[in-house]
Amino acid sequence: MLKIQKKQGLTPKQEALLRIGTVVLALICAGIIMGCLGYNPFKMYVQLVKGALGSKYNITATVAKCIPLLIMALGVSIVFRMKFWNIGAEGQFYMGAFGATWVWLTLPDSVPGIVMIPLMLLTSFVCGGLWALVPAILKHKLDTSETLVTLMMNYIAVKWITYLQYGPWKDPAERNMPKIFKFTDNATLPKVFGVHIGWIIALVLVVVIYILMKYSKFGFEISVLGENPQTARYAGMNVTKIMIIAVLLSGGICGMAGMIQATGNEGRLANDISAGLGFTAIIAAWLAKLSAPTILLVSFLFAILLQGGSFLQVSMQIPASVSEVIQGIILFFVLASEFFANYKIVYQKKEVR
Amino acid sequence: MEFLNQLSLFLQSTVQMGTPILLGTLGGILNEKVGHTNLGVEGMMLMGACMGFMAGVNTGNPVLAILIAGLAGALCSLIYAVITVTFMGNHTVTGLVLTIFGTGLSSFLGQDLTQANLPSSVIDPLSAITVPGLSKIPVLGNMLFVQSIYVYISIALAILLAVYMKHTKPGLCMRMIGENPGAADASGINITAYKYAHICAGGFLCGMGGAYLSLVYVPRWQEQMTAGMGWIAVALVIFATWDPMKAIFGAYLFGAMRALGLKIQNFSFPLFGKEITVAAQFLDMIPYIMTIVVLIVITLRKKKEYQAPAALGSPYFREDR
Repeated sequence: MLKIQKKQGLTPKQEALLRIGTVVLALICAGIIMGCLGYNPFKMYVQLVKGALGSKYNITATVAKCIPLLIMALGVSIVFRMKFWNIGAEGQFYMGAFGATWVWLTLPDSVPGIVMIPLMLLTSFVCGGLWALVPAILKHKLDTSETLVTLMMNYIAVKWITYLQYGPWKDPAERNMPKIFKFTDNATLPKVFGVHIGWIIALVLVVVIYILMKYSKFGFEISVLGENPQTARYAGMNVTKIMIIAVLLSGGICGMAGMIQATGNEGRLANDISAGLGFTAIIAAWLAKLSAPTILLVSFLFAILLQGGSFLQVSMQIPASVSEVIQGIILFFVLASEFFANYKIVYQKKEVR
Repeated sequence: MEFLNQLSLFLQSTVQMGTPILLGTLGGILNEKVGHTNLGVEGMMLMGACMGFMAGVNTGNPVLAILIAGLAGALCSLIYAVITVTFMGNHTVTGLVLTIFGTGLSSFLGQDLTQANLPSSVIDPLSAITVPGLSKIPVLGNMLFVQSIYVYISIALAILLAVYMKHTKPGLCMRMIGENPGAADASGINITAYKYAHICAGGFLCGMGGAYLSLVYVPRWQEQMTAGMGWIAVALVIFATWDPMKAIFGAYLFGAMRALGLKIQNFSFPLFGKEITVAAQFLDMIPYIMTIVVLIVITLRKKKEYQAPAALGSPYFREDR
């Protein structure tokens, strides 16, 4: 008779083997499906990698795709540690981008970039943070499910941007399409090595969050709070304060991602600039077990998949949505593989009575 | 008289808008009642819309089209069930992945369908039936008696589900699993079988909900044609406090909001002698804001029958009992 038992954690070597094995298995499975649909899977994978990493131009595009994803994944990882399920990265992203655009529209055009950009970044942080604070307060005061409130607030934020895009912030120069004003040079992120400086901000955040979570008192407090709020209270921690700071930080970082995407990648705010990255970021953070360096790795892999997928459209006439399909298949396998990290199946010859 | 006509037509479109949401919500209720939060409703609805349309175009048989739409949704939720029930995976993440997967796969499979049209053998049986006499009732006639058979099926399913949950033994067992799986297991209920069956049935309903859009409402296939209805359904499960009968009203209420948002670009009304204009986007926000308000209200009231199933979101491992 087969029986499921809990087991102790895996050694790092076993863990790595399990992860790599899972992804390989998923890629094989996705390949078989693509083969059945009449595409050559080997050619597809080669083209996918080529599209993401094949030339300097493609690498630049992949990095640019990675930046907002990485920053949002870092943002949500902070609150996930205290088991606050913020799936509102999208909403915080848009509110951040809104705040940044508002600063730029309010200040005169003569303000130099060196002042303008930090101001925009700061405002996006504040706006994103405040947007995340609403569900946190509701959760703290009334014990409302933060998962659903953050989810709903995503849509409210998108509608708000849509309103601005079709209404007060519509650029009259764009006759055919409702578009928000294009950022002037003083509000556009400068480029270093061909990619806007968002990548430097993202890497700094990786280091800062890694240190904050691993070596600071605050990081330790968040972990304790996540493990057991009672323990945290008995130990004399100010639970409310920790929670508020963590949520502000998390939402703020997601808000910064919005500013960076709008000014660095898109050139203007619009109601579709997140392209669902907020949800991908949640999955990336979870897959990376909330560790900042691993988030960097996982986000980059996701970016390869996304950029490579859009390249397939050009090179093989495969729709870009194929990257979502492959992403889904890999994630299904990874989600199921978690089981083998925590449980084992044993074979018992005779039933013990 | 003109106003009453307008109102009557508006109420009719309210029900039409609400139907896919209703079916998605019923699917969500089935999932949550066995303790599983399924955020994949949007993905399952899209798969249903795509596959149902494909079947409709290729077979010309409306019954087959609806069945295949449901099966597509059920297959998606089977993936979800394998991961969350058997492999005890994280519900939230698995649901999100299911939405991404379903959105991607439906766009992928539907790439050649965007130009296709349904044969009249599918469209005609599903188009609105005018009930003679009753449809002439002022205001409510159009809403209640000039609708597609699909609408009546969805209402019948909601009533059926309510009866099943409240008055049958399997329904009771299902609710028990959501509240206390340990006790359910001890009383001899096959938890795994129940969870699989209900999650897949939920997926079937979600798939049907999506297909309403591609077979009846539009009726064409467009990428991401559900446009967030699946997420509204997730919210409505709570809005309706896990009750299929309330889900009917909730779905039509939300359908009304959507219909209003589509009909009215900007909404003006006089207030203290001034003309106040509300942009359509603010009307679109109302369903989401209302859901948050309802969440707050049900957590404040702490009434037992309005609470989420107690074991919602936690995996059940027998040896942890």
